[in-house]
Amino acid sequence: MEIVYVYTKKRSEFGRQCNFSDRPAELHVDILPDISLAANFTVRDPCNVTVQCAEEMSEHEVNTERFESESRGINHVEGGWPKDLNPEDMEVTIRYRKKVEKDEHYQNTIMQIAGLMEHCCKQNNATDIYQEFFEEEDDEVVEESEEQPSAKTINVFRDPNEVKRTATSLCWHPDGNHKLAVAYSSLEFQRAPNDMSFDSYIWDIENPNKPEMTLKPVSPLVCLEYNPKDSHILVGGSYNGQIAYWDTRKGSQPAEMSTIEHSHRDPVYKVIWLQSKTGTDIFSASTDGQVLWWDIRKMSEPFERLVLDPSKKGNLDNALGAVSLEFETTMPTKFMVGTEQGLVVSCNRKAKTPAEKIVCTYSGHHGPIYALQRNPFFPKNFLTVADWTARIWSEDIKESSIMWTKYHMAHLLDGCWSPVRPSVFFTVKMDGTLDVWDILFKQNDPTLSLKVCDEALCSIRVQDNGRFLGCGSQLGTTTLLEVSAGLCTLQKNEKAMVSEMFERETKREKILEARHREMRLKERSRSEQSREDEGKEADGEESTEELVARAEREFFDIMEAEKKKEWNEERQREKEKGVCEEKDFQEEHETNGVSSFTRREISL
Amino acid sequence: MTAEVEETIKRIQSQKGVQGIIIVNAEGIPIKSTLDNSSTVQYAGNVHQLLMKARGMVRDIDPQNDLTFLRVRSKKNEIMIAPGVKTI
Repeated sequence: MEIVYVYTKKRSEFGRQCNFSDRPAELHVDILPDISLAANFTVRDPCNVTVQCAEEMSEHEVNTERFESESRGINHVEGGWPKDLNPEDMEVTIRYRKKVEKDEHYQNTIMQIAGLMEHCCKQNNATDIYQEFFEEEDDEVVEESEEQPSAKTINVFRDPNEVKRTATSLCWHPDGNHKLAVAYSSLEFQRAPNDMSFDSYIWDIENPNKPEMTLKPVSPLVCLEYNPKDSHILVGGSYNGQIAYWDTRKGSQPAEMSTIEHSHRDPVYKVIWLQSKTGTDIFSASTDGQVLWWDIRKMSEPFERLVLDPSKKGNLDNALGAVSLEFETTMPTKFMVGTEQGLVVSCNRKAKTPAEKIVCTYSGHHGPIYALQRNPFFPKNFLTVADWTARIWSEDIKESSIMWTKYHMAHLLDGCWSPVRPSVFFTVKMDGTLDVWDILFKQNDPTLSLKVCDEALCSIRVQDNGRFLGCGSQLGTTTLLEVSAGLCTLQKNEKAMVSEMFERETKREKILEARHREMRLKERSRSEQSREDEGKEADGEESTEELVARAEREFFDIMEAEKKKEWNEERQREKEKGVCEEKDFQEEHETNGVSSFTRREISL
Repeated sequence: MTAEVEETIKRIQSQKGVQGIIIVNAEGIPIKSTLDNSSTVQYAGNVHQLLMKARGMVRDIDPQNDLTFLRVRSKKNEIMIAPGVKTI
């Protein structure tokens, strides 16, 4: 719509000048506020206004005049010749040169510079000042063992319940190592308070305040293991002998539990996952003397059973109580059981009869074997932790361990090898100290001994990267420690040196064992011989009793012969000379004297 | 005087490890050289520029300072350059 204002004007008035006149203001439009419109608006209170007390700046751009630059080079071929000289001309150049040489200034300068030059030449010749001194040493790696081994506490996880229970077993999450599953129970016989909670927890190592997940078994768990193939599945052995397994995706209640009738009769001290196609096989050990094999899909009864009877008769009354189990996935047919009585029993899974299952036993400990583990790098050697010592064994030597620590003041309650260094292992003691042993560095004492807490440390587990370790104490406090880099990086030649050391000790023990056997054989043969007839004189050695008997016999023979001779002579004399009583008497005396002498000899 | 100069040059040349000597004047003309022509020309041309640059740098950092000697060490050998003393 076009806004148009029409006005009329006389034609005669066109072009006239305009006369402007003042007039007072007139109000044309007055728009009053409409209250109803106010309803569309709300009062804003408070109003946010930003104020800045700063210099006000403004940005400007200026473009200077263009300055063009160019890179140029000069090829200096032969320079400086005076204008009139032709550089190609030999004669001219020579003449010029000669002229310059005659110049005094030139000569003085040369003398000066020459002196300087000579000095430097001589310097060069005197010593090679640019010689590489540290060439060879750069190639050597600086020994890292200069660094003091140390371990520091990263986090402490406390049992959230009021009634504190012992952290009896720990297990690291198989992937990522961010989680730690801890089993809590009270192992003291019948001393568990009534209101003790049965729960075990899975902790996230970043968060020590609250466990990430709770596992609620029917009876407190003594041991707990993650399935190495499926990190959501955990299996736990409980105090009442049952086995239960959890799926962390499904919740805190066990997914399935074994039936009481077929379970163990004593607390299950160790449960290990087996290497199988389905990845669902486990086996468990308990102090009731049985080792049971289960498939977690069918927990109603174990699919195999072994009774740890050293007399191989399968008699449960004779059986040794098992406290620890060992299984190495690289050797799936063998496994080892550590018993309460201090024996390590090595068993073969594939044996046909139960009697053949038990292959051999290793003795040497005085108390229950709390930890049993093969060296991850040298599976023929294994570590046992029991009573007051930790011992390293070689599979071939059954009589004694090849290396052992000294007897400590407190009981050793758990131990394990470092997964990254073959010569390092960790042990925990009843007085709350953690010992780190490096057998290449020192065999008599631990390389590092740390007091972690005041109460006894009952369990320890190292993470797969060897850097972190968790240890559980009697009051349920789990401490997460980090060890220094020197203790978890493989040193050069370490594997070779450790293998040498093990071989050397094994050889030593073998020689000792052979000597023992020889000595025992000798004694046995000696005692057998002395019981047999005397006709065996031709055979090698004779015992001293034999010799004495022979000497006696010979002596008696000689005496008999002598006596007979005397007798004959006497009779002859009697016959010849007639009876002279004195003589007879004398002779009788003589004979009697001789016989009494003989008697005296016998008594000797 | 000339004899002395000659003698000095000979002495330097006879030092162990010296491959050759080149004397270049202010204009860049090689006055004396114990090497063949082409090498001489090469050295002479390049040295002049390097010397100027080095001297310029030294005096830039400290105007009172001056370049006394320049050694260019390379994998195979070392080039030693002594700049002439400028007499005013």
